[in-house]
Amino acid sequence: MVTLTIDGQSVTVKDGTTLLDAASAAGIRVPTLCFHPDQKVKANCRICVVEVEGMKTLAPACSTPVREGMEVRTISQKVRMARKNILELIFAHHSKDCLQCDKNGTCELQAIAEEMHFDYAVRYPVEIKGDGKKDLSSPSVTRDVSKCIDCNRCFSVCNDVQTVCALSRSKRGYQTLVGPAFGKELAETVCIGCGQCVQACPVGALTVHDDRDEVWSMLDSGKEVVVQIAPAVRVTLAEALGEDPGVISTGRVITALRRLGFDKVFDTDFSADLTIMEEGTEFLNRLKNGGALPMITSCSPGWIKFCETFYPECLPHLSTCKSPQGMFGAVIKTYYAEYAAKDPEDIYSVSVMPCTAKKFEAKRPEMGRDGYRDIDAVLTVQELAKMIRYAGIDFGALREGTFDEPFGTGSGAGEIFGSTGGVMEAALRTVYEVVTGKTLENLDFTVVRGFDGVKEAAFDLGGKKVRVAVAHGLGNARKVMDAVRAGEAAYDFIEIMACPGGCIGGGGNPIRNWKKLSRRMEAVYRLDKALPIRKSHENPAVQRIYRDYLTEPNSERCHELLHTSYVDRSDIVK
Amino acid sequence: MEEVRIALRNVGEIDPVSVEEFRARGGFEGLKRALSMGPKEVIDEIIASKIRGRGGAGFPVGLKWDMVRGMEADQKYIVCNADEGEPATNKDRILMSGDPLSLMESMTIAGYAVGATKGLIYLRAEYPYLFPVLREAIEAAEQSGFLGRDILGSGFDFSVALVSGGGAYVCGEETALIESIEGKRGESRFKPPYPGAIGLYDRPTVINNVETLMNIPAILTGGAEWFRSIGTSDSSGTKLFTLCGNLNRRGIFEFPMGVSLRDLIFDVGEGVCGGELLAVQLGGGSGPILNADQIDVGLEIDHMGPHGIALGAGGVMVINDSHDILDIVENTMEFFADESCGKCTPCREGTIQLLRLLRKIKSGRGRVSDLENLEELAEVMTMASLCGLGQSSPIPLISALKNFNEEFVSILEGRCAPW
Ligand SMILES: Cc1cc2nc3c(=O)[nH]c(=O)nc-3n(C[C@H](O)[C@H](O)[C@H](O)COP(=O)(O)O)c2cc1C
Ligand code: SF4
Ligand code: SF4
Ligand code: SF4
Ligand code: SF4
Ligand code: FES
Repeated sequence: MVTLTIDGQSVTVKDGTTLLDAASAAGIRVPTLCFHPDQKVKANCRICVVEVEGMKTLAPACSTPVREGMEVRTISQKVRMARKNILELIFAHHSKDCLQCDKNGTCELQAIAEEMHFDYAVRYPVEIKGDGKKDLSSPSVTRDVSKCIDCNRCFSVCNDVQTVCALSRSKRGYQTLVGPAFGKELAETVCIGCGQCVQACPVGALTVHDDRDEVWSMLDSGKEVVVQIAPAVRVTLAEALGEDPGVISTGRVITALRRLGFDKVFDTDFSADLTIMEEGTEFLNRLKNGGALPMITSCSPGWIKFCETFYPECLPHLSTCKSPQGMFGAVIKTYYAEYAAKDPEDIYSVSVMPCTAKKFEAKRPEMGRDGYRDIDAVLTVQELAKMIRYAGIDFGALREGTFDEPFGTGSGAGEIFGSTGGVMEAALRTVYEVVTGKTLENLDFTVVRGFDGVKEAAFDLGGKKVRVAVAHGLGNARKVMDAVRAGEAAYDFIEIMACPGGCIGGGGNPIRNWKKLSRRMEAVYRLDKALPIRKSHENPAVQRIYRDYLTEPNSERCHELLHTSYVDRSDIVK
Repeated sequence: MEEVRIALRNVGEIDPVSVEEFRARGGFEGLKRALSMGPKEVIDEIIASKIRGRGGAGFPVGLKWDMVRGMEADQKYIVCNADEGEPATNKDRILMSGDPLSLMESMTIAGYAVGATKGLIYLRAEYPYLFPVLREAIEAAEQSGFLGRDILGSGFDFSVALVSGGGAYVCGEETALIESIEGKRGESRFKPPYPGAIGLYDRPTVINNVETLMNIPAILTGGAEWFRSIGTSDSSGTKLFTLCGNLNRRGIFEFPMGVSLRDLIFDVGEGVCGGELLAVQLGGGSGPILNADQIDVGLEIDHMGPHGIALGAGGVMVINDSHDILDIVENTMEFFADESCGKCTPCREGTIQLLRLLRKIKSGRGRVSDLENLEELAEVMTMASLCGLGQSSPIPLISALKNFNEEFVSILEGRCAPW
């Protein structure tokens, strides 16, 4: 333990603690910009500098370890001078149009300016960073260099965590740019649209591609506007509207959507259950008929694009199942259109997702038929939260609504799709009962839960041992896939989610960190526990659609509507 | 004035890659002596010599080595900083081309002392022609048993590899240099941790300048006491000076620390050419700019008189009075704005604003408040930048402001703006 003095207060902390954490232990929050609790320290913004007795220069609190007897001042005259000047330097090269900024009210830079009561004139000539162009090329992520403060948080997550390496640092000095190499637009790069960079960006430089306007206009168009909400949405929307992480708001989301003017509100848990039926059957067929194993899940479109780009030779391992969003999209424009006696052209299908990559998925040519799109628009949790605020809806005061027929409420198995390990667990629940014909005693496959990067387990399915692995975050996926490619992966079934934590960590959610994520994850399993039906094959709406429309899992019609194909995108990295 | 050649002892005297000629002048004797001592004794000798780094920061060499020696690691590295990016210096080039075997000897001694078996020379990108001579020197040392496996039967192994520099000034900064060797963008890391604890490939690493290393064998053969008897109490030994600019005689010269700047200019350099002495920039691009009345100073690593000037890499850039001091300052500030790696805010954004403020003042449109803003920004950059580049880039400007105050004031007052 080390004892030091911060602003006159004595604190004792563990050796190796940074001044930032030591200050926090003393009840002092030092402002930060490049620091991110989930990332390695970068110490480049210098807004966190503090004065240490006996040091000639100021010390960045985020990177400086404590020393015995240190005397630290976090708000001395020198510190204030440096902090103010650093902000001025940033502002002299920043668009500062907070009023028209996506991050207005949630921006870390804005918050620091507000805390410092920054009403000073900037003493430097102001020149807005970049060439004035926004990069709107990606359906998932919008990039606006004029807001970038070169903190490298996006770079760190894209390169170190996701290992996609779509972002790089180019040029030097004042010209430094963090973004796609060679001045390319995001859509021309290997970017897989996961939105983790959006989650990491402290300012409005990287934001979710905004599709609200189109949805607003369709709500008044006279078409039937239906909406599906993904499992994770109900555990992150309330948080996006200022409630605590992990507050479950299923019923309130439904009511809010109705208030906004959506005609029908459906539960993506339904198509998650459908996915389990299709994927489980596909897996058993592969096991029986010697298909490509390990089979790998396909519900995460960011992961799909990653596989298409970096592991094209492994595409046969991917399940041919569409994601739950994709399946529901097809079902709405066919089965539901028949059910509601509507022309598919007259249905506008929206989905609310925790995921920015789903925006890309909805635009894939495979996701439609007869000249219409299965999904017409994808909104993220962030965008829906903004629409709710725009409409002046007091989310806290809403009454609980229920989902519309004919899809009703999903099962607990569908519910846990939102968390890493969830798809695997849901599949095991169904596959076990299908294979053994017995009722599963304990539904909780806890070994595949939690935040370990790669989780492994083996299960006995009626005498047959099945080896599974679960990876979340593409850096972890890469580890597993290198083994698959080398033919060294001793697994039969693998779940991969592009985002660390799974969908509850998706790029379209409110801003994440691991602490918030664990609250979200607890909520997911609480939801599962509370539901009367916790196995996909017991979902009555699922049973009905097979009986009335799809015949049986993996039938010809299922293949037509619920399965898909992939493309080799590796040209871009060659 | 008589030079005292320690680092330059063999330069020009031998065929650079002939082990025979090298040994005839006492080459490898330092290594032999080191191998006959324990590593700790070698370090004690270096500590006792009080030699400090010649690359700019002047850190005591023995202490750096001792820290690395004390680290537990599966691998340690000796890196020779041969990036020599400082404008108007080329002493390291002269040393490497004239006496590469001494460099191999020094690095081997360092490796033995700290327990490292791998050495790397990070060679400035603009010096590709030095690759062959360095490679030949490595091979010659290996063939004669002074490098490689089981050196001179001691059981100690040491190898030296060559790495080409990244081509940016900042790559000479020790942590940016490490990033560059690791194949990353040349950007400085924050310190601590220092390279001595977490360096190349996260292993404990000694980084020393070429000139620093060249002194090591001489210390071991001559002894710490002899070495300490040369130079000043604060800075022992000699220093290579690169005399350049408006001098009648230019070049690289070696003198004991403490040598008078006036003597260097008027005796060694044979006086100013093309006019009268206006200014001297000391140490390199980020060195202070002195006026003609300030040259009666003995040059040592730091603590030089009331001006608090530092020696840096030993450049002595003499400027005659046909120049405008503001042009000179503007040039250096342009250099730093171009060479900032762009990682940290104060330097990335500050170097350009400093330049803009200076240009505003220079154009005659400046006000007293601009001068104040400039001074404050310089202080913030000095205090808050991540690495030495940003921290020291305001030095030329701030020193010129002080030492040529009248020029600045008269422009501000609009009396004699030159246009
Ligand atoms: C911007 C910058 C550039 C530097 N360039 C060099 C260089 O070219 N050569 C060098 O030896 N040291 C250079 N240094 C100093 C090194 O960081 C380091 O202090 C030195 O290599 C240590 O060796 P020494 O102790 O033997 O001097 C530079 C420092 C900074 C901040
Ligand atoms: S990024 Fe932040 S500070 Fe900049 S304009 Fe947007 S809200 Fe304002
Ligand atoms: S969306 Fe994902 S892949 Fe694309 S740049 Fe951001 S972090 Fe990288
Ligand atoms: S885009 Fe955002 S996260 Fe990336 S460097 Fe710029 S400010 Fe930081
Ligand atoms: S001080 Fe300058 S060169 Fe050093 S890290 Fe900061 S931007 Fe890069
Ligand atoms: S938060 Fe410490 S330097 Fe950026």
